Amino acid sequence: MVPTLFGITLLSFFIIHLAPGKPTDVLTEMNPKITPEARERLEKLYGLDKPIIEQYWIWLKRITKLDFGESFSTDRRPVMEKIWDTKQPLLERRLFITFLINILSMFVIFVIAIPIGVSSATRQYSFYDKITTTFVFIGFATPSFWLALLLMILFGVYLDWLPISGLKSMNYDSLSLLGKIWDRGSHLILPVFVSAFVGLAGLSRFMRSSMLEVIRQDFVTVARSKGLHEKKVIYKHAFKNALLPIITLLGLSVPGLIGGSVIIESIFGIPGMGQLFYMSVMTRDYPLVMCILTIGAILTLMGNLMADIGYMFADPRIRSK
Amino acid sequence: MSIYSPKKLFWQRFRKNKLAVAGGMIVLCLFIAAFLAPLVSPYSPDEIDRKEILEPPSFKHPLGTDDLGRDLLSRMIWGARISLAVGFVAVGIASLIGMILGALSGYYSGWTERVIMRFIDIMLSIPTFFLILAVIAFVGPSIWNIMIVIGITSWMGVARLVRAEFLSLKEREFVLAAKALGATDYRIIFRHIMVNSMAPVLVSAILGIAGAVLVESALSFLGIGIQPPDPSWGNILTLGKDNIEIAWWLSVFPGLAILITVLGYNLLGEGIRDSIDPRLWEADSRQ
Repeated sequence: MVPTLFGITLLSFFIIHLAPGKPTDVLTEMNPKITPEARERLEKLYGLDKPIIEQYWIWLKRITKLDFGESFSTDRRPVMEKIWDTKQPLLERRLFITFLINILSMFVIFVIAIPIGVSSATRQYSFYDKITTTFVFIGFATPSFWLALLLMILFGVYLDWLPISGLKSMNYDSLSLLGKIWDRGSHLILPVFVSAFVGLAGLSRFMRSSMLEVIRQDFVTVARSKGLHEKKVIYKHAFKNALLPIITLLGLSVPGLIGGSVIIESIFGIPGMGQLFYMSVMTRDYPLVMCILTIGAILTLMGNLMADIGYMFADPRIRSK
Repeated sequence: MSIYSPKKLFWQRFRKNKLAVAGGMIVLCLFIAAFLAPLVSPYSPDEIDRKEILEPPSFKHPLGTDDLGRDLLSRMIWGARISLAVGFVAVGIASLIGMILGALSGYYSGWTERVIMRFIDIMLSIPTFFLILAVIAFVGPSIWNIMIVIGITSWMGVARLVRAEFLSLKEREFVLAAKALGATDYRIIFRHIMVNSMAPVLVSAILGIAGAVLVESALSFLGIGIQPPDPSWGNILTLGKDNIEIAWWLSVFPGLAILITVLGYNLLGEGIRDSIDPRLWEADSRQ
């Protein structure tokens, strides 16, 4: 894992720094009167005048202390403070907001997709199975931002049931406690549903095929021939085994969810990591871009690690090795 | 009982799979629309009509008009060209990289394998969409940049697939025979093993086109893909978002086009996979 992490820092640093153009170009565009001397001073301030290998080494030394440097934007705040502002309440911190939406949508995916997968596997080729298969294919093909637009038109514009932007209403501070909870919750419904939707299709399909594979195995036939109730055969014997590959999928789905947060957050105007990333690439804020790329990769690696550990707990065959 | 060639068996299976045929038809229609765009679109995609701004669907404009009075149907037909081109070129690049790296890591063990596998791990742990976004924002959003960047960030699946094929195929007798005849590594990799591992690559390429179409439309929607006035389904959807309260047709139709396109490629890809799966042939010949 450590070499992978090292490779990730290497890749995100050099892709960013070797791309044509410089961050100072953005400033020059906005202010054509800027002199070459002023530009040089800026580059020196940002540390961009040193050889690239040296820049990488300085950056690498700092990030081992979780210091990702200062932002290139005019406020010059430390990058970590922008992502995880300890002066703000937890619910206002960007990394936490993105984390919350992803955790909630993962929860929704699992709660809905696993029963769908199991029930369509036990009724293979039935009408119900065909319906869910159709849903899966459509779910795979639906662009998440389009689904978001349609839901915004339906629930936000025509029915006016749900808010379509931001995380809380303008009058949030004047609401009662229950009102506050509902206000926050209602702002999260659409973003969480949209980010769960695509994963839903994938996971239920995967669960179905995993379940189909398991119920063809000998031990299920044995359980049946013992005279066990079909419910017990499916949920007690087959289900646990079919769930094993799903754990791996959990780890693999992390980068997709994180990447998708750019789209979800910019449509719904949510101030999370994805939105921040979008703004940072637009202004060529190198330290911020590299920080978010690295954190995204670390989250992915943690997802993989958790999947491995979960697998070890769930499968005694792996533990014994 | 009669004996069939694999090709004939493939067609027999494929034709029976109605969904796969439907997918194939969708893809075919897209090709026709894209190639004949100047002939089949009722208006020019850039024709501005100031009297017909944001008109809902009507006989004159079957899918309505946009904020500059341009015909939506015509813009969508021209948009099909973009999505087709991006899909094919991006997947072509990804398949090429994936095949070469997969072949090398499957055929040679030792440090070649270790370095390539580690590289795949690294690429898989960086959220791809972030990487694409950053690179395109820096190099500028031209159609060629989009194709290349999608291509070089989506080859990992193909590489793993080809590697798995190579690991099993390199132990087979025909490879041993080629070696005994003194064939070079280059010849064995490309003329003997690669041709035998093309089927899964083809399937993953078709499914990959669907993915590339989705990524391109998402980039264009975010404003860093295909730039207006060039029409793309994604950037028409941006207009839909800007006019969300007054013009539903700008949001509904381009998205539907993306959905149907992606669905078409997915159905076709899965259909081909089911039809060439050798395990299914064996099951067939036993009957």
